[in-house]
This record gives sequence, C-alpha cells and structure tokens, in this order.
Amino acid sequence: MSLIEKTATELVSLLNKGEVTSRELTEAFCDRIAEVEGKVKALLYHDRDGALAQAEAVDLSRKSGKPVGKLAGLPIIVKDILCTKGEPTTCASRMLENFKAPYDAHVISLLQNASSVRIARANMDEFAMGSSCENSAFQKTRNPWNLDCVPGGSSGGSAACIAAKEAPLSLGTDTGGSIRQPAGLCGIVGLKPTYGRVSRFGLVAYASSLDQIGPMARTVEDAALLLEVISGHDERDSTCANLPVPEYSKICRAPKKGLRVGVVTDYFGEGLDPEVEAAVREAVRVLESQGAKIVEVRLPTSKYAIPTYYMVATAEASSNLARYDGVHYGYRAKEYSDLIDMYKKTRGEGFGAEVKRRIMLGTLALSAGRRDAFYVKALQVRRLLRNDYDKAFESCDVVLGPTSPSAAFKIGEKSDDPVAMYLSDIYTVATNLAGLPGLSIPCGFTKSGLPIGLQLQGPAFAEETLLQAGYLYQQATDWHTKTPSL
Amino acid sequence: MATTYEIIIGLEVHVQLMTESKLFCSDGTKFGEPPNTLVSPVSIGMPGVLPVMNRRALELAIKAGLALGCQISRFTKWDRKHYFYPDLPKAYQISQYDIPLATEGLVTYDVNGEEKKCRLIRVHLEEDAGKNLHAEGGGDSLVDLNRAGMPLIEVVSYPDIRRPEEAAAYLETIRTLMRDLDVSDCEMQEGSLRCDANINLHITKDGNVYKTPIVEVKNLNSIKSVEKSLIYEASRQFEQWQKDGKVLGQMPKQTRGWDDARGITRSQREKEEEADYRYFPEPDLVPVVIDDALIERIRGEFGETSAQRKKRYIEELGLNDYNASVLIDKGRAISDYFEALLTHEVDAKSAANWLINDVLSHAEGRIKVMSDLPIMPGSLAELIKLVKGNKLNLNDAREKVLPEMIETGRDAASIVDEKGLGVVLDTAAIDAIVDAVLADNAKIVEDIKSGKGKALGALVGQVMKRSQGKFPPAIVNETLNKRLGL
Repeated sequence: MSLIEKTATELVSLLNKGEVTSRELTEAFCDRIAEVEGKVKALLYHDRDGALAQAEAVDLSRKSGKPVGKLAGLPIIVKDILCTKGEPTTCASRMLENFKAPYDAHVISLLQNASSVRIARANMDEFAMGSSCENSAFQKTRNPWNLDCVPGGSSGGSAACIAAKEAPLSLGTDTGGSIRQPAGLCGIVGLKPTYGRVSRFGLVAYASSLDQIGPMARTVEDAALLLEVISGHDERDSTCANLPVPEYSKICRAPKKGLRVGVVTDYFGEGLDPEVEAAVREAVRVLESQGAKIVEVRLPTSKYAIPTYYMVATAEASSNLARYDGVHYGYRAKEYSDLIDMYKKTRGEGFGAEVKRRIMLGTLALSAGRRDAFYVKALQVRRLLRNDYDKAFESCDVVLGPTSPSAAFKIGEKSDDPVAMYLSDIYTVATNLAGLPGLSIPCGFTKSGLPIGLQLQGPAFAEETLLQAGYLYQQATDWHTKTPSL
Repeated sequence: MATTYEIIIGLEVHVQLMTESKLFCSDGTKFGEPPNTLVSPVSIGMPGVLPVMNRRALELAIKAGLALGCQISRFTKWDRKHYFYPDLPKAYQISQYDIPLATEGLVTYDVNGEEKKCRLIRVHLEEDAGKNLHAEGGGDSLVDLNRAGMPLIEVVSYPDIRRPEEAAAYLETIRTLMRDLDVSDCEMQEGSLRCDANINLHITKDGNVYKTPIVEVKNLNSIKSVEKSLIYEASRQFEQWQKDGKVLGQMPKQTRGWDDARGITRSQREKEEEADYRYFPEPDLVPVVIDDALIERIRGEFGETSAQRKKRYIEELGLNDYNASVLIDKGRAISDYFEALLTHEVDAKSAANWLINDVLSHAEGRIKVMSDLPIMPGSLAELIKLVKGNKLNLNDAREKVLPEMIETGRDAASIVDEKGLGVVLDTAAIDAIVDAVLADNAKIVEDIKSGKGKALGALVGQVMKRSQGKFPPAIVNETLNKRLGL
C-alpha cells in the first residue's frame, strides 16, 4: 500500500516511529497533486517548495530531539478562506484575488504548532456561498468519483482533495452544511463542530453566528485527531467557548455503551432520493446490529430551516461583505467618476452573481420596514429549531438522517436554479442555526457509483458522542475505504 | 397680541474615553500621532478579524453613566450600524441600538446662579470612525484610521434646554464631570468632546402655537460656538417662519453646519429619507452582563468632584472664595498641582497665592496635566519655604529666582547661592550695621524716643540698604526695637 493510501492516523504513527520522514510523505502527496490535480481542480494554490521546506523543518526538529506536535509532519490542505500570513487568501473571489493576509488565522497557528505541513489551499464557492463549488471565480472543482459531477460546496475543494488523496487531512468551513454536504458527495468524513468549539479568528466571515471551521478526512478517527488540534479557547474570538478540549482521537475509539440513535422521521419525506433513503436506512440497521438503541424523533420546525437560514445568513453576509468597498484593500474598479460610482463598480465587478444575490437578500431582510417580518421572524424560528433539538435529545444521544437529499449532481445542473441548489442543504442548515455539531460519514453508493452521506447531529459540545457513533459505524462498514479511480 | 417664542434645545454629546487602547482592539489612542500609525488588522477591518471588547472602556462608560445619574442596564449588547464611507473600514460601526448601556439620567447645572436640570434619554458606547483628509486644491482624499475604533460614549439629552447659554453651561458641566472622574480629557479642539445640537422654536401668536422644523446644528468646535450658533439659529428660524410659515412636519429635518468665521449656519443636507442603518445585533460579540459588584466597584473609583473640592478649600483650608474659584475653574490640573504643593508642607494660603499670582502667569496656553506647568510642585514648595523661613526675600524670590527656575529648571537653592541672594543671619553683622545707623541718625532716634514711632521705618530702610537687602526685615526690626528700648 502506497503512502497516500494510508490514513492520517497510520501516517502519524509511521512518522513518529521514524519509518517515514515528513519530507518523503510531503513529496508523495505533492507528486499525487501533480498527477491528479489537472482532473480534479481542487486547489487554488500549491507551493511544493514551501511545503517541502516546512516538512524538512519538522524532520529536523524530530532529528534533534525537539518536541514534535500531534500532526507529526503530516501534510494538510486548508480552505482558501482561512487567513495565512504570506499566502494568498482569495475566498475564491475576484474581490480578494491579490489579497495576502498580514496575519494567521488561529487555526493556522494551531496547525503550525501541531507540526503539520500546509501543502495547498483548496477551492470553494466564492465567500463560502454555494453548494457545488461552481461559484468559485477561478475554477470548477470536479467530483473525484465522477468528473462530470460537482464535489458539493462550499468546501468542495477541501472534500475533493481528500477523496483524490491529495492530502490525508483538510480543513473546511461550514455555515449551512459546507463541510458535511461536500463530504457526503465525495465519500469522505466531515465534521462541523459546535459553534464556539473552534476559534473563528482569521476565518473570513460569511455569516458570523453560523460559521465554524471543521476537519475533513477519510476516517472518523482522522477527523477526531484534527478536531483535537484545532479546538479550544482563543481570546481573540469572543464567541469561542472556554472549555477544555477532550482527547477526541482516543475517546472516539472508546465504545459508547447504550448509544441511543434518534432517526429523524421528518427527513424521510418528499425530495429524498430513494437510493439515498435506502442507504441511510441500511446504516440504521448496521448501528442497531452494533448495539445502538434506535428511536424515532421529530424535528418539526426543520421544514422552515431553509428559508430561516437564508434570512439569517444573508443578513449577516450583507453586513460582513460590506467592507469590500475598494477603499482599503482588495479589488478596486479601474475607472470611476466619484466615490459612489467607485463603490458600485468595485462591488459590481468584484463579486460573483451568487454573492450579489445574497447581499441583496440580506440587505432586504434588514431594511427598515421589513426587518421584523424577515430578520426578526427568522431569529424566532431559529429559537424554535433549537427547542426541537433539545426535545429530541431528551430521548437520544445523536440524531440520524441523510446528509443530502441526493448524491452528487452534474456540473451545471442546478446553477440556473438557486432554490433547487439551496435545497441540497435542506438537512444541514438547521444544525448551524441551532449551533450544534454535525458529522457526515460515507454510508454507501448509488447504482451509478456516487457516494452517499450519513449525517449524525448531537447536542452542543457532544462531538465525542458523534465521533464514537461514527467510529462504531466505520468499524462495521468499509465504505470509507473505497477509492475513486482517477 | 405679541408674538413670543420659546427655544427648544436638545444636545447629543460625544465623549472620547481615556483608555490605553481602542474599544475593540489593542491599538493605542494617543492624539496627534502620524496618520495610520495607530492601526491593526482589526481597526482596518481586514477580512477574518474579530472585535474583542475593552473592559476598561465599559467601566469608564458605566462611571460616566453613574455620574450622569443614569440607570445602568444590567444586560446590554452591541449592534452594527451600517453605512458606506471611506473612514469606516468595515462599512459598519459597532454601536448600541435598542439596549443602551445607560438610560434616563439627569444633569443639574448652574446658569448665573440659577439651578437648571436637563434629563438624559440615554448614554451608549460606540466606536469612532477614522478621518477623511481632503487635500487642498482637490485631488485624492486621504484616510487616517488612527481614530477608527476609539471608544466614545454618546450622551443624548431630552429637549429640556431653553436658552443657548444654558446649552453652554450644560456642556461645561458635563465636561467638568468627565474630567473630574478621569473619564475623558474632553478637549473640543482635539475632538475628544463633540456636540451636535437639535433646535426648534415654539412660537406663540394670537393664542396659537407654531413649532418650527427641527434643525440639527453640526460642526461646533467650542462651547462658545455652541452658544453662538444656537443664538443665530433661533433668530434665523424665527425669521424663516415669518417668511414662509413652515412648521414641523412640513419640511424634512435639516442638518446645518456652523461657520464660525462668518457666524452663520449653512444647510448641509436635508434628510429627505431617514438613512437606513440596518441595525442588527453584532454576532461577533457576546452580550454584556453588568452585576452589582461591578457597579459598586466603579462607584468606589469616584474621586472628589470639583464642587466638593472647592467647598473644602474654603471651609477647611481657609482660602478666600476668589482663590478657591480660580484653582477649580482653571481645570483639574491646576487644583491637582495645588494638592501636590500641600503635600510638601506648604501652608494653603501661601501655596494658593504663589500658584495663582506667580506660576499661572508663566503657564501660557492650555494646561491639561500637571507637567504642563513650568515648574514641579516640589521645586515651588522649596522656594516658598525659603521665603517663609526668612532665607530669601520675597521680591528676590519673585523677580530673580522663580523666572530663572522656570527658564532653566534648576532648583531654588542653587540659584540663590549663585546670585548671592541668600539672606544673612549673622547677628554680629546686623548689630554692627544697626549701631552705625543709630549713630548716624541721632535726630531720628530722638524723634522715636519722644514718641514719633513712625520714623522707625526710615531706620529699617537704611539698615536694609547698607546690608544690600540680605538681612531678614523681621530680624532687623527686632534688633532696632531692642536697641531703642521699645
């Protein structure tokens, strides 16, 4: 088995035993990038020499007996929305095409402290707005299982690069499903942590009350390892929880006795692809056979989750993206007649269509006379959604359902129909509105060979339980070991 | 029947808090630094950065709220106020919308011995914007972000003020209070105290009341200009009403700028449409909970107010009303200096006289801190004690020693030595000169002995002259009296 086939956990063990150097490993993944990136197009930036230099530094530390972090010299790819000193942070937008952040995001510093090797930056939907990666201003990422299909989004690059084995680990961000949906569509593991589990400092904001950074990997164990590295308090983010970080990578392997799994009946209705439904129902049987207790639960407000999400998220986005005005940094229109004209042309030329659509939606939702009917109402529904979850978790430890209503769709299939596109996040947006953790793991394939994702959601700060349930499932299945042929 | 009018005035006062760092980041707050040197990714509003509340700013704002007689909210929060302008890098200002920090205050102030009261609607905390600098002769405008993010409180009054001079007195009272409590230095020239005035008239004619449209007067750079602009604006509104008869509601609210040089207000813009700031709760900050313990601790920080200090000077230190008033009215730095003099064992009356008559005349311009005075309290105390101890003549001290101390910064003793101004206490030398003078002035001695006591002064003068003024007058008097058996 070649190095790139191995899981992150296996590779860390090899690195720590000295059976492979970080440089050898980094070279292997860089070679893989050279081999498949032309087909997958998952990456916006890849610096092989820079990566090798980082790897050599880790090897040197290890050789000279200095402490080496938990990621032990493992290559990693980060979504191009995480500010990294000296590297472009474009958010896949013309607006920030030439922007280099003068500071590191908190998670970037943590990755550095953990001795990981950043080898590339992943493509995404512009400013994390989208579900297919088609909204990138620069390129369309392909699904490694079928190059005519989308990888999902917005963290489509971060998902596709794992499925294509360009790296063992990646970071994505999830505002309404942007980690879980592409993880599901690409047949990998993606975890959206509880709001406040991971510092957002240096994550370019889309919707501040919903955004979270999370791990993407091939196995639950690997995702747990990366979550352990990036979690924890950061005084630069006032919304970041000051709670101890459990040893997720160990805890996930400890069996959760008497795990109660709540099957969300509301998810199995209109719009759900029968092949996806069958795979998810089969996953329920697998968990039951592993000793889990299965119950049925309701999340009745979830039918309002999509419109609620598109009020809250776009309202915040219209505010967060107001700063891209061409004055202080980023793109500025070449020709303009006065200040207002400069604003109009800069924003008109710098943003793509979906970003503009959401800015307009959000501006409307917050405008005088409409604020109560749209924004304030959405906040009320948000509270009801959270109440639904609280009630559901009275009778179970995790709730279960599909990650997405269907497997990966064709590139271009939904790009002219925003509502159809929005509906691909129908099972994921409520998690963010409630601030809860969610995990997507592969649970099968369609007849045409596309991966299907299973979603588990848990109470706030119950990442351990999600990881234990996911690990339990992966012990009994081998979907996560399947690889696309590229 | 006569036409009369009443002037209705409400003030919005911005006070910049004296903190070491800005409201939401660690940038410094010093006034007058080179442009764009007190900035950071947070104050520039770069992608991905997050605000963190400055606790000291919150405490100072609570202190101000308490001093202004307000109710302090036990739960308060932050909101974003949106508008596009180059000096506002995020395109929103973090402010407080529906739950201000403090509400319903009361300011009691004095106008020509008459006590007045003005109620306050609210006091809230917010961040300042930067400054646009427009180059002379056109060309590009430049932006200085040193001020962006500075902590401000906005103090909004009810329209309780009835005369322009009351507005000035109200503002002076707020300024003194804020300075007394070390909340702000309140320098209108530097922008750490700013005031906008809302004014209209209630005109009574033939038993009917006509209310003129409200005008907001801006660009008020001194307390004097607040008063002058309101006097002007009241008569302008009256004349305008006589011309067009327009009343409140028939015209949009108008903003007029005060032109200090020409002594007029000029229309800046008419608020046809109330600006839509699209307020919504700031998702990057958590709400602020203020408990009784914090409020009590802040109450404990309250020092002596100016009014209390003046009372003590008169009643306990025995200063006359004039001296006490000068020490208080010239500002906190002066009375602090006076307090410092007292710690050097100088009696209060001498200290007040020296400070007022001799030191202040040398301190030109504004005095904000004690160190703005030309001589340190310890040095001045030393000089006063030399005079009190008969070691230096008062005139020499005033005319020869103090100016030299101010000019060179040297101490009194060394100047006295160098100039040979030290008063000699050689009793033999005094006796010798006294004897010589008595011998040379037999006629005068006889006059004195025969009861013409007034002639003694002439003998004292001669002794002083012969000793070149080095003998303490009191000792010379005593010696003469003894010799003449008086």
